[in-house]
Amino acid sequence: MRRRGRLPAVLVVPALVGLAFLVVPLAGLLVRAPWTTLTDQLISAEVGQALALSLVCASLATVLCLLLGVPLAWLLARGDVPGRRVLRALVTVPLVLPPVVGGVALLLVLGRRGLIGQHLHEWFGVSLPFTTAGVVVAEAFVAMPFLVIAVEGALRGADPRYEEAAATLGASRWLTFRRVTLPSIAPGVVAGTVLCWARALGEFGATITFAGNFPGKTTTMPLAVYLALETDPGAAIVLSLVLLVVSVTVLVSLRDKWIGGVS
Amino acid sequence: MTLRADLRLDRDSGFRLELALTVEPGEVVALLGPNGAGKTTALRTLAGLLPLTAGSVRLDDEVWDEPPGVFVPAERRRAGVVFQDYLLFNHMSALENVAFGLRARGTDRAVARARAREWLANVGLGDFVGVRPRSLSGGQAQRVALARALATEPRVLLLDEPLAALDAGTRVRIRSELGRHLDEYAGHTLLVTHDPLDAMVLADRIVIIEDGRVVQQGSPAEVAGRPRTDYVAQLVGLNLYRGTARGTAVDLDDGGLLTVAEPTEGPVYVAFPPTAVSLLAEPPLGSPRNSWPVTIADLEQHAHTVRVRLDGTPPVLADITPVVVAELRLSPGTRLWATVKATEAVTYPL
Repeated sequence: MRRRGRLPAVLVVPALVGLAFLVVPLAGLLVRAPWTTLTDQLISAEVGQALALSLVCASLATVLCLLLGVPLAWLLARGDVPGRRVLRALVTVPLVLPPVVGGVALLLVLGRRGLIGQHLHEWFGVSLPFTTAGVVVAEAFVAMPFLVIAVEGALRGADPRYEEAAATLGASRWLTFRRVTLPSIAPGVVAGTVLCWARALGEFGATITFAGNFPGKTTTMPLAVYLALETDPGAAIVLSLVLLVVSVTVLVSLRDKWIGGVS
Repeated sequence: MTLRADLRLDRDSGFRLELALTVEPGEVVALLGPNGAGKTTALRTLAGLLPLTAGSVRLDDEVWDEPPGVFVPAERRRAGVVFQDYLLFNHMSALENVAFGLRARGTDRAVARARAREWLANVGLGDFVGVRPRSLSGGQAQRVALARALATEPRVLLLDEPLAALDAGTRVRIRSELGRHLDEYAGHTLLVTHDPLDAMVLADRIVIIEDGRVVQQGSPAEVAGRPRTDYVAQLVGLNLYRGTARGTAVDLDDGGLLTVAEPTEGPVYVAFPPTAVSLLAEPPLGSPRNSWPVTIADLEQHAHTVRVRLDGTPPVLADITPVVVAELRLSPGTRLWATVKATEAVTYPL
């Protein structure tokens, strides 16, 4: 094969260092894993509990994000609302906000004495902080911008004239959205969902701040990893490995099925 | 039941549309004009995809658009549109595309599919029911788009350059098919095109617009025979001049004198086809009426003739045979004499 000259070292060297920087820590996890006691650790009740809780909460948070985030993305991309640029900026704030700050903010609003939380408690007897529902809320808060941005990008890339064609055929905007817009942006929605789910699965800061750490109730995998690190580093590694395997498996399987054809 | 539109629209770009249109039931009106004349903009206002800034759109006593009070959006207008690039829904089969409008208007699923099937058969695509738009040829996609628009039984049919995306061979066939469907359609049809042939073949009446305004309208024969602007003259391939007639002599506004057969008086247009022009190497002998010196600006090969653009007073287009080009050794810059037979030049008042 003929080449267009050699690759410049000034790009190749930092690229390799960058690659190592990303891959070596993961390899470290594998190297230091307590392989002999691995199976015992894995079937221990705590790991199973934390894993189940993580999967359930991340999935519920993703569903919540889809229900609210897709319409929000549509509004940002298609709705003729004033101050759209400001809205778009606001949506991305949780993306750059330190998750702990997000947790504090959630406490101030949804906490038992929070702006909205006090009424929730008074009127409905509902209290979100330090509950499993609180975990879902914290994860959704942090993960939703990923979904909104992905879906909005897909919507802005989709030709709005198809929606006009649907309108001339008598379709309402809701029908047009369901039958024309949504199918055409499906790959973007799937990509956004995967990102959103992965972010929710790994959520730590907002969760521990807003939902606390109660095993079986709010102790998700990342929290379990962090706590185990102080008492039983071996267990922390096992938990980390499980989290790594689960995320990679989901990403790869979805990528092959959906995203591969698009990118 | 007449479609009456007084389309007035100001765009931020400074473009202004001022267009009065009426379309009778069963009539096909072609909106013909150069790119950027506002044809598609006019179509979008009729479809309900673009609100007017003033004026109105009415279908008989039904008001579709009348700022500032009334605006009926596209989905409630019953105006079917065939878009230039068809905009078929790629994730649906041909059948689902055609059935979409019926389903959207509340037709029962089975009924909608049965009717969509009939429509596809009607446009000759009975065997393409389950095919996705990506697998259709340009001509087939055009026919699905037409079936999709007609299946909803629209009261107004709007066609935006329906043949522009087709190759030359397919175009001729699809044009005659489209003509047959338009004959059968009882509603009001507006056809937007920049191709004079589409307009001549398909329309009962042609409205020519330039810069958002009507410059001429009439039957295809009127437009073809009596152009009123340079753009129209170019479209129909005629030499066109404006001048003042005194009997059979016409003083042209931009210089030059032509003699015509029919005597008239006052401001007139003079038109004659490029085939009426003969080119001679030497000044004609005898009475040199309608002959003047010209210089070749350029030569262009058409099917079996050569079109010669000539500078002079007045400038003129001539169609001659390749044999003449060879005999006279014509090339840009060659000096010649042009003559026009008076009987071939028609005059009509401004």
